[in-house]
Amino acid sequence: MDAYLTDVVIPTLQQRLAAAPQIFRDEVSFVVPPERLLEAARLLRDELDFDALLDLTAVDYWPDGQPRFHVVYQFYSYTHNVAVRVRVPVAEDAAEVPSLVAWYPSANWYEREVWDMFGIRFTGHPDLRRILMPYDWVGHPLRKDYPLGYEEPQFTFNFDDIERRKPRPRA
Amino acid sequence: MLERMEITVDDLRHLVSERALTGETMLLNMGPQHPSTHGVLRLLLELDGEVIVNCIPDIGFLHTGIEKNMEAKNYIKATVMTDRMDYLNTVGNNLAYALAVEKLLGIDDIPERAQIIRVLLAELQRIASHLVWLGTHALDLAAMSVFLYCFREREMILEIMEMVSGQRMMTTYIRPGGLWRDVPPGFADAVRRFVDYFPARIDQYEALLTENPLFIQRTKGIGVLRREDAIAHGATGPILRGSGIKYDIRKARPYSGYETYDFEIPVRPEGDVYARYLVRMEEMRQSLKIIRQALDRLEKTEGQPVRTANRKFVPPPKSELAHSMEALIHHFKYWTEGFHAPKGAVYAAVESPRGELGFYIEGNGGPQPQRIHARTPSFANLQLLPLMAKGHMVSDLVAIIGSIDIVLGDVDR
Repeated sequence: MDAYLTDVVIPTLQQRLAAAPQIFRDEVSFVVPPERLLEAARLLRDELDFDALLDLTAVDYWPDGQPRFHVVYQFYSYTHNVAVRVRVPVAEDAAEVPSLVAWYPSANWYEREVWDMFGIRFTGHPDLRRILMPYDWVGHPLRKDYPLGYEEPQFTFNFDDIERRKPRPRA
Repeated sequence: MLERMEITVDDLRHLVSERALTGETMLLNMGPQHPSTHGVLRLLLELDGEVIVNCIPDIGFLHTGIEKNMEAKNYIKATVMTDRMDYLNTVGNNLAYALAVEKLLGIDDIPERAQIIRVLLAELQRIASHLVWLGTHALDLAAMSVFLYCFREREMILEIMEMVSGQRMMTTYIRPGGLWRDVPPGFADAVRRFVDYFPARIDQYEALLTENPLFIQRTKGIGVLRREDAIAHGATGPILRGSGIKYDIRKARPYSGYETYDFEIPVRPEGDVYARYLVRMEEMRQSLKIIRQALDRLEKTEGQPVRTANRKFVPPPKSELAHSMEALIHHFKYWTEGFHAPKGAVYAAVESPRGELGFYIEGNGGPQPQRIHARTPSFANLQLLPLMAKGHMVSDLVAIIGSIDIVLGDVDR
């Protein structure tokens, strides 16, 4: 593992965010509550030189996981060539996380994708619309309780028929 | 008939300027069925005359739920889905997925021969992908002949792919734990023929474009991307290198033995369409250099295994099934249930022709993944289009889209 990671990043984050590092296959991740995410992003970008947010996604632990979702951020530093992952647990009934668009513009489409696919809202996002699914879609497909179903192509002549049978997430 | 919801200008009010609401600027729909958008990309343009005031990309027309599909399969069967994402870089997708699964499982004994073949095929695929980019990019800028030449040479690579895997595009040749099987006899000769033939062809493309005043007028100073913007917006690959950042995952975080090959990373500081063109042209030459080195190593490792020795993660040879009970059990377990992966999350990335292609895989202790997320380069790079297009003409937009080199299958997954 890189010396910058073990000597600077891990101790700083551990101390400032009061979070313990999880190390698996030489990758470091920190679990940070949603209310401290902005603080973590500021710390990573301004003090620890993590200049890029390369990936942002979410994981659904339905039905047993508590809380249900984790939002996963993959930060990367071009200066030091190291990566660190931040995981933010989100409960289903309060699926809201502060948006990082103001800090990392690359978060824009990724946050829209997570909203589209998991139904997690990002507060302060400038344009939180669906991105991959049609704008009038109901449900969030990558949730584990959303059925992986077969879908018949919808044309004007069979629109009503298919609309009635469309797979919907279980309430 | 059910009531259908329509998107009106009001819903997009926050994305267009004040002048669009009074009708002073024009809203124009470009795509999704437009040849220069390289697939099904829809752009909503706000135009002042012919100058782009705002550009709002609309993606998702090719969304097929690949991530959801992969999560419903076991790790082995999910491999075939990776081909279908970035259909110009199928071997590279297999490689990224295989590396991520191997990291999750903790397999670190991939034989040298398998690594060499992986690198060799990934570089061939990079050239094939760049050829499609070059052909279509030049075609967009009205250079018809380059397109025909590029596809002629790409055909040679696809034939090599067919030779090793039986498929021209959807190869599924690189698999977790190694390769499907060793390369067939005559493979090295076919690659050598291509490697000897191709340098003169790159010179030919360059003779047609690099000094061509029409091409230069259409590309120089167009779609300039500053260094800071490139990093902040998550750009990777040739776009990042075209903006003056010397960064390539093959050098920064080497995989499959790239650290042992001798090659350069081309960089240009200008950040415009022409700079990205030059970067990709030089990348093709560097890929040839890597292929030549890999070919020499391939000869030295003739006859060596191409899969890990751990039979829990790769199928046993068919010849053993008739007389080994253990091999039969491994065979049965591998093809029915698959292998179990530990709890934990990994992220492994490769340098695809378009940039950083990463797989985030989370195992839950069972044979199916809890989550597979593909960090695709086109998705992140396409985010930069509005920034690059602002203030340019509509015809320049075509050049800019071409220079990003998007594959919509890679954007939408």
